[in-house]
Amino acid sequence: MVYLTRKAEFAASHYYHNPAFSPEENQRIFGKCNNPNGHGHNYTLEVTVKGEVDPRSGFVVDLKQLKEVMNREVLDAMDHRFLNKEVPEFLTQIPTTENIAIAVWQRLEPKLRNASLHRVRVYETPNLFVDFYGKDS
Amino acid sequence: MSAAENQVTYGKCNNPHGHGHNYMLEVTVSGPVDHSTGMICNLVDLDQVVEREVLFRYNLENLNTLQEFAVTVPTTENLCIQIFEILQRGFPHAHLDKVRLEETMMNSFEYTGGQELQY
Repeated sequence: MVYLTRKAEFAASHYYHNPAFSPEENQRIFGKCNNPNGHGHNYTLEVTVKGEVDPRSGFVVDLKQLKEVMNREVLDAMDHRFLNKEVPEFLTQIPTTENIAIAVWQRLEPKLRNASLHRVRVYETPNLFVDFYGKDS
Repeated sequence: MSAAENQVTYGKCNNPHGHGHNYMLEVTVSGPVDHSTGMICNLVDLDQVVEREVLFRYNLENLNTLQEFAVTVPTTENLCIQIFEILQRGFPHAHLDKVRLEETMMNSFEYTGGQELQY
């Protein structure tokens, strides 16, 4: 089994706010991230898939196809978007890096062929990233 | 594969004149820390084996001309597996956990000898 990781970058804005909290609670918990006008990040996405190497092609998965799936399912939806207002998952969930990683997993997992999804890593900044290995891990 | 199938499968990578990459290799070994040296293994020894067995063989080489790629395609998947097997044979001083090979800044491959990737 070989693991293959493909990176992509996208820029998006968000803010953190839970309508179930009072304004004071939102401010206390989320701090500067609670500004309703939002703020941006240059996210780096790393998608790792695993599978056996096809003896004919020498590939685990066609990198071009993986790139197309990542573009179509994730980047087209999230790049240069205000996540809270434009991405359906975040109309009801707070677009934290944790929830972004889970949303990316849920978008990609059913679309992959010939290999299975092993890990989704999302860097919010170079110093902060989240790994998601699927709900059973 | 037929010429047409090769073109569909490999695209630009099927150019018979070849193309190059600046591969970046990471080797991960594990083991208990030796009480007298404070080391898992001597990094100088590991460097020498990587230099002699891997870099000397593959650096600035046309991979397709090598014996191990006479019948298998030198995809980064297959190169990663080859390097793992070379180091497993050539470096007995620690357990070889993983070989990670970056083909470009945007993609990389990891082989653990068939084990589940732990991290």
